[in-house]
Amino acid sequence: MTAVDEGVTAGREFGKSRRRKEDARLITGRTRWTDNIQLPGMLHLAMVRSTVAHGTIASIDTSAAKGSPGVIRVWTGAELKGSEVGLPNAWPITADQKAPSHPAVAQGRVSFAGEIVAVVAARTAAAAADAAREVIVDYDDLPVVLDMEEAVKDGAVLAHPDLGTNISAVWTLDSHSGGTGNDVDAEIAALRADPNGVVIERRFRQQRLVPAFMEPRSTVVDPTGEQFVIWSATQVPHFVRIFMALVTGTPESKLRVIAPDVGGGFGGKLQFTPEEVITFLVARELRKPVKYTESRSESILSAHHGRDQVQRLTLAGTKDGKMTALKVDILSDMGAYLGLVTSGVPVLGAWMFNSIYKFSSYRFTTTNVFTNKTWTDAYRGAGRPEATCAIERLVDTFAHEIGKDPLAVREQNWIKHEEFPFTTVAGMTYDSGNYEAATAKAVEMFDYQGLRSEQERRRASKDPVQLGIGISTFTEMCGLAPSRVLGALSYAAGGWENAAIRMLPTGKVEVVTGASAHGQGHETAWSQIVADKLGVPFEDVEVLHGDTQISPRGLDTYGSRSLSVGGVALVMAADKVIEKAKLVAAHQLEASVNDIEFADGTFTVRGTDKGLAIQAIAFASLAAHNLPDGMEPGIDAEATFDPVNFSFPHGTHLCAVEVDTETGQTKIRKYVCVDDIGTVVNPLIVEGQVHGGLAQGIAQALYEDARHDESGTLTTGSLVEYTIPSAVDLPHFDTDRTVSPATSNPMGVKGVGEAGTIASTPAVLNAIVDALRPFGVDDLDMPATPVKVWRAIQNGAPSHAGGDHSHVGDHSAGQVHTHDDHGHTHGHDGGAA
Amino acid sequence: MIPAAFDYEAPTTVDEALAALAKGSNVKVLAGGQSLLPMLRLRMASPSTLVDLNKVAGLRGVRDDGDAIVIGAMTTHDDVTREPLVLQHALLLAKTTQTVADPQVRHRGTLGGSVSHADPAQDTPAALLALDASMVIAGPNGRRTVPAAAFFKDLFTTDINEGELLVEVRVPKHTGWGAAYSNITRTAQSWSIVGAAATVQVSGGTIAQVKVALTNMGLVPIRAKAVEQALTGGPATADAVKAAAAQAAVGTSPMADSNADEAYRSHLAQVLTARAILAAAGS
Repeated sequence: MTAVDEGVTAGREFGKSRRRKEDARLITGRTRWTDNIQLPGMLHLAMVRSTVAHGTIASIDTSAAKGSPGVIRVWTGAELKGSEVGLPNAWPITADQKAPSHPAVAQGRVSFAGEIVAVVAARTAAAAADAAREVIVDYDDLPVVLDMEEAVKDGAVLAHPDLGTNISAVWTLDSHSGGTGNDVDAEIAALRADPNGVVIERRFRQQRLVPAFMEPRSTVVDPTGEQFVIWSATQVPHFVRIFMALVTGTPESKLRVIAPDVGGGFGGKLQFTPEEVITFLVARELRKPVKYTESRSESILSAHHGRDQVQRLTLAGTKDGKMTALKVDILSDMGAYLGLVTSGVPVLGAWMFNSIYKFSSYRFTTTNVFTNKTWTDAYRGAGRPEATCAIERLVDTFAHEIGKDPLAVREQNWIKHEEFPFTTVAGMTYDSGNYEAATAKAVEMFDYQGLRSEQERRRASKDPVQLGIGISTFTEMCGLAPSRVLGALSYAAGGWENAAIRMLPTGKVEVVTGASAHGQGHETAWSQIVADKLGVPFEDVEVLHGDTQISPRGLDTYGSRSLSVGGVALVMAADKVIEKAKLVAAHQLEASVNDIEFADGTFTVRGTDKGLAIQAIAFASLAAHNLPDGMEPGIDAEATFDPVNFSFPHGTHLCAVEVDTETGQTKIRKYVCVDDIGTVVNPLIVEGQVHGGLAQGIAQALYEDARHDESGTLTTGSLVEYTIPSAVDLPHFDTDRTVSPATSNPMGVKGVGEAGTIASTPAVLNAIVDALRPFGVDDLDMPATPVKVWRAIQNGAPSHAGGDHSHVGDHSAGQVHTHDDHGHTHGHDGGAA
Repeated sequence: MIPAAFDYEAPTTVDEALAALAKGSNVKVLAGGQSLLPMLRLRMASPSTLVDLNKVAGLRGVRDDGDAIVIGAMTTHDDVTREPLVLQHALLLAKTTQTVADPQVRHRGTLGGSVSHADPAQDTPAALLALDASMVIAGPNGRRTVPAAAFFKDLFTTDINEGELLVEVRVPKHTGWGAAYSNITRTAQSWSIVGAAATVQVSGGTIAQVKVALTNMGLVPIRAKAVEQALTGGPATADAVKAAAAQAAVGTSPMADSNADEAYRSHLAQVLTARAILAAAGS
C-alpha cells in the first residue's frame, strides 16, 4: 500500500489519516451486533426452506417438529398470520412491470430453492434448528427455468405460471429519442458499409455473485405494549421501518428500528427481507421477544445475489480509432422475485456503458427476466460494474481489431479535461474529471512501457509464463441521488440526507446522521468534519446513527452516498450552528453580529482580543440567562441536503497478470490504481475502501461464481464451493489519487465505496485475455479459473467451461466439490427432512 | 448452523480414548476439527459422542526411532513444517504440509486428523504415500502398523476400524533426499485440484532413487510408479524428467468436479509431476 498521507489540507482534521475510532470495538466484538442481543424470555426462530426450485406444496407435516423438545410453535405459510402479504419492490421501472406476489412465507407454491415454507419458534436456537429438520414437506415438482436466454424464448417454461411471461420489464434509454445523440442503428449500418468502418459484436456474461458480507443477517423484535423495537443487521433501518409499517399494517409511529453495529453489507443488506417480516409477525403473535439469525449457508442461499446479466453489445467505429456508436442489449436475471431495487439495478448501468467516451449514438435496453433462482438485487456497484466491465472489455477488443494500443484508443475517445462539464450521449452531465492526469500518473507508477517490453520478450521466447496487461479507465455515477431524478425514474424514495448537531452543555458534541454505517467508518470521518468545522477536539464528537428514534430522518447507506450527500448535510448543519452561535457571541460580547469572526472554535470581535469559545457559547445558550431577545435556547441545528447531480468518481487501473500457460493458473503481478474521488476527508479510510473494493472486483474476475445445477439447486452453497479470496490470494496494491473536486457539492467530494469494485474486474480480465492473445484467445468467461484458462489456450477460442448452467454438457457443469460427496448435494441447513 | 446435540469426552491418554471409543457405535474423533467441525455444523455428520483428543499430550510431537521418525497423530501441521527431525529426514512431508490451507488451519489441523479424514484432495496423504510411511493404529487388541498404500482404501475411508484410533505416523528416513510438492488450488484455502509430491535422491547428476505420489487423481493418493521406473538410474535433466512425467496419469482415475475435468487433471498430473521432480532434484 502506498502511504497517501497528504497531511492537513483544509484544516486540522480534514485530510488527516486518522485511525478509525470505532475499530477497537468492532474488531474485538465487544459491541452490539444484533445476534449479541439477549432479552428476557426471548424465543428463537429457524426457517424451513424449500429444497426444490419450483413446485407446489402438496403437504407440510409439522407434527414431529411441534413435539420436538423446546418448541413453542410451528407455522406454515397458511398459519402465520400476515405472512401472505407481498414484500415490496420499491423501483417499478416501467408502468407495466410484472412482479409476482412475494409473500414472506410461501403460500402453496415455491419459486426458488431456499424459499421459506415453514417457521419454527423454540426456546433456544439449537432446539429450533433441530425441530426444523423434523418438518416434512411434500412438493409436486414444476418445471424450472434457470437460463435467461431460454426464459425469453417463446414457449419457455415459466418461473411464475400465473404471470404468463418470464419478462418483468423492458427498459430502454435511447440517445436519438432523448435528443442527446444520433440514431444508433443508422450509425452502425453506415459504418458496416464504410470500408474504414469497424463493427464488433460481443456477448459477455456477468456471472451471478453472492455478496458474502461478514456478519450473517440477524433480526430481533421486542414487543413492548403497543411498541415494537426491531434490531436488524441492515444497511437501511429507515427503509425497514417504513416497509414494516406498510407490510404488517402497524402504524409507523409504533416502530423503532435499530441497526446496531453491522458487519458489512455491500448492498446485500440493502433489503427488506422475509426473515425480518417473519420475526416481526411471530413476536406480534406471541407477544414475546424473538430472534432469528441466519447461518452462513442460509446467507449464501437466500440473501439476495448480485450481477447476473447476459450482455449483447455492438460497438462501431473507424479504423483510425474513433468510437462512434454503442448498442447495448442485456438480459438481467431478477431471480424468482423483485426485491427492493432488483429491477432498477440494471437501469443504474444505463448511463455507464458509454463511460468516459464520446460516442455519438447510444442505445441501452435491459430485459428483466424471471428465473427459478434466488432473487438478485444490489451488490457493490449495482449495475455500474456490469456496464464498466463490458465497455472496458469492448474497448480493448476494438483496439486489438484495429491494431492500436488500447491506452491510445481510450485517450483518443475520452472526454478531455477542458471539456467538463460534459453532457454524455446518455444524457448525463459529468461535472468534473481529469482522465489525462489519472492515467499519466498510473502509467508512470506501473511502468507501462517496461511491462509491454517484457510482454514482447516473453511472447518472442514462447515463455510458458506469459504476461498480460489490462486497462480499466472507469467512471461511475454515485452519490445517490437527486430526489427529482429518482422520482422521474419511478424510484419510491428520495435521495436526500439529513444531519443534526447537538451542542451539549459540557461542550461535547453529538452528531446525528441519517446515513447508517455498516463498516465504512462514518464515526471517524464525521468526527473529523465536525471537529474542523466547529473547532472542537476530534475526541469530543460522538456520532450517532442507525436508530430511527435517534436519527429519525435518514435514507441510509448505499450507492457511495454517505459523504457526498450525508457529509454535505453535516457541513450545512455545522454552518447553522455557527450562525446561531454568532448571535449569542455578539450579544454576550456586546458587538454587532457582523463584527463577529469565527475561527478554530472561538468567536471573536473583529479587531479586538475579546472572544468566546464555542463550548462556552453552547453552555450559555442552554443556560439561557443572557440570550438575545426572542432567541430560543440552544444552538443545535439540523440540515437536509438534496443533491443536484450525481457525483462521478473516475480513475485508471492497470493490472499485469502472469499466466502459466501449462496449468492455466494466473497470478496478478502488479496492480496500480489512481482514483479521482474528489476531495478526501480521511485518506486511510479511502485506502481501506479501495483495497476492499479491489478485492471484490478481482474476486469476480478470478474466483466467485454462484452456480446452480439443472434442477435449480445452488451447488456453491458453502464457502468451500463459493471461493472468495483471502489476503494471501491478493497482490500488493499500488494506489494513488488525483484530485478533481466535484463541483456539484460544496465539499468537492465524490464517494469511494464502489470505485475499486467497479474498476478492477475488467482490468484483471483484460490482462488475462491480453496475455493469451498469441493463442488466439479473444474472450474468457468469468471467473477465469485455471481450467477455463487452460481450455481457452487449448481451444484457441473463448472458453465456456463451467460457470453457467446453459453450457451443461462439458466437464464441469453441475458437479459439486468432493467435500459434498457424502451424499449431500449442498450445504444449506434448516431444510426439510 | 448449529450441530445436532452430542455427548463429549475429553480423554487424556490413548487408553482412555480407546475406552471412550468403545462406549458407542456412532462415535467421532475430534482432532484439529478443520474438517469435522464444518461437517458437524452442516449436519453432514451427527455423531452421538465426540471424543476430543486435544488433551492427549502423548499424541503430540516427533521422535527419532532409528530408521524412521515417528510423528504423533495430534502433531499440528504447523509443528510438522518446523520440526527439525521432519526437515532432516522427511523433507517432502514438511514441504507438502507448508502448502496446506493457511496459517490458521495449519495451527489447528493435525497430521493424524487429515490422514484419518482421507479426503482425496488433501495434500499430506500423497507425501506419506511417496515416503512409504506407515500408520500405527491402536485398538482394543493392541497396536498394528499399516503401510500407507493399504491404509487409504476409498473416498473418506481408511483402514481404521470402529473402536480404533490412529496414534502415530512412521516415516522411514529419507535423509538428504530432495523434495518438492507442486499443486494447483483455486485459492490458498481451497483444496488441491491436483498435487504431485516428489522426493529424489540424486548422485552425481543421476537419479539414484525417486518416489512420486499424486493428490486428487483418484479416490485415494496414487504412486506414479511408471514415472519412478522410467527415471531411476537415469539423468536428472529437464528433458528426461518431462519425458517420464508424461506417464504420470497412467493408471489414475481422476474425478470431474467444478474445478476440473478428467482431461485437465491428467494434464496437470504430468506438468506438476515434472515440476515437482525437477524442483526436488535441484533442492
